[in-house]
Formats: sequence, structure tokens, C-alpha cells
Amino acid sequence: MTDDDLVFRALADPTRRHLLDRLYERDGRTLTELESELEMTRFGVMKHLRLLEEAGLVVTRREGRQKLHYLNPVPIRLIHDRWIDKYRERQVSALADLKSELEDTA
Amino acid sequence: MTTMTEQATQVYAVFIRATPEQVWDAITKPEFTTKYFFGTKIDSSFEPGAPYLSVAGSDTLVEGEILESEAPRLLKHTWHALYDPEQASESFSRVTWEIEPQDGGVTKLTVTHDQLEAAPKTAESVAGGWSFVLSGLKTLLETGEPLSTSGM
Repeated sequence: MTDDDLVFRALADPTRRHLLDRLYERDGRTLTELESELEMTRFGVMKHLRLLEEAGLVVTRREGRQKLHYLNPVPIRLIHDRWIDKYRERQVSALADLKSELEDTA
Repeated sequence: MTTMTEQATQVYAVFIRATPEQVWDAITKPEFTTKYFFGTKIDSSFEPGAPYLSVAGSDTLVEGEILESEAPRLLKHTWHALYDPEQASESFSRVTWEIEPQDGGVTKLTVTHDQLEAAPKTAESVAGGWSFVLSGLKTLLETGEPLSTSGM
């Protein structure tokens, strides 16, 4: 599986997107904190966090006895730069071509 | 979606198909930083205690001090943004670059920007900036070309 596949797979699940939204609101949380906001077993949350970590969307740091989870937005930025920006640019240049064509004929 | 509160510790990581030495060079040599770090040149001897400066033309955009430097695996320096008056009035924060070789010719680069408790404007500003910088650094090392996107 490529890096992009891992990211798309991780983002394909609503619980995992919900976990990312929780970290977006407040970063650096423990498993216990994240678990308390979800109707799910600790084991289930751990499994989802592991998939997010494998995709690079979550990075963990040890602080004393605690393991803190941080949202890493870089893989989403990479998807944006490689996929979304590419198609948006084409759209923009098509509009620019249309504008010059219309203005030339006017 | 709710807005992001300014995070006092921010962690960014990226996997790059390059050696740790290449990643170190990309971080510490001005001919590389101009191609992905908002066009700025890095200016430092990277000796502990030496200044860390990010410059564009005659302007210094970021100043700091080297805290730790261990090529090619660790660089730690302070960060004080001067490109915006609000950020310039805030306290120094800290940036740590960690470079770790992985299997298969891949290197993991992790940037931790912390001690941002007394620098909320800086925290807000760098939250978008680091993703852009690391995406550009990866593209530059893997393709030899700067990222062709319009920017942030």
C-alpha cells in the first residue's frame, strides 16, 4: 500500500475522522481522554488510533508516563498538493483561457 | 467544524525518500531553504549558542538561537517571528527537528514546535506554515524541483 492509500483508507472511516476533529480542537490528548468522548471500547479506539498513526495522521509523544496523541496535518497537505491543487490549477487556467477568448472576440 | 484553538505544542511529521544527510542539508543550507521555506535563506553556523536567522533580502523574518545541533539527526533552536508586529511582541518559542532513518531508504522528519504558551499569534501562524514547508521539502528532495503550487 502506498502512503496515499494509507491516508485515504484512514480517512474513509467516520470514527477516525471524528478522532481527527477532536485532536484538531485540542491537540496532545491521551487515549483515556479520547475514549471518554466516544461510545466505543478502549480497544476499538486504540485500533482506530493505530490506523491513523500508520497513515501518519497521528503522531504520538511520550510525556512522563503519558502517551500524547497529536494531529499531524502534513499527509493531508501532501494529498492536497498532489491531487487537489493539480486539478484546481487546470480549472483556473481553463477559466483564464475562456476569459481571453471572450475578450478577444468582443 | 469548530475553529482550532492555538496549540502550545505542535507536531509535524513527514516521510521522505532521501538519506538523513540529504534531509539535514535541506534544512541547513540556504540554497535549499529558498526553494521551500517561503523563499527565505537560512543563516546560521549551527553551533550551540549561535544565532538562527531566516532572512529574505535585507529583512530578518525569524530570529532564534541554536540550542542543540547534532548532524544529521537533531537540530533544536528558539523561534521568534519578526515578519509580523503582533508575533514580534510575543515570547520566544522552540523548534526541534528530528531526523530518523527508516527501512527502505526512507527518512522520517519530525518537527515539534513547542513552548508556544506565551505566543498565541505565532502558534496560529505556524499551524498552517509547517505543513506547507514540510510538503515542499519532501517534493524538493524527491523530485529535485520546488513545489509548483500557489502557496498557502
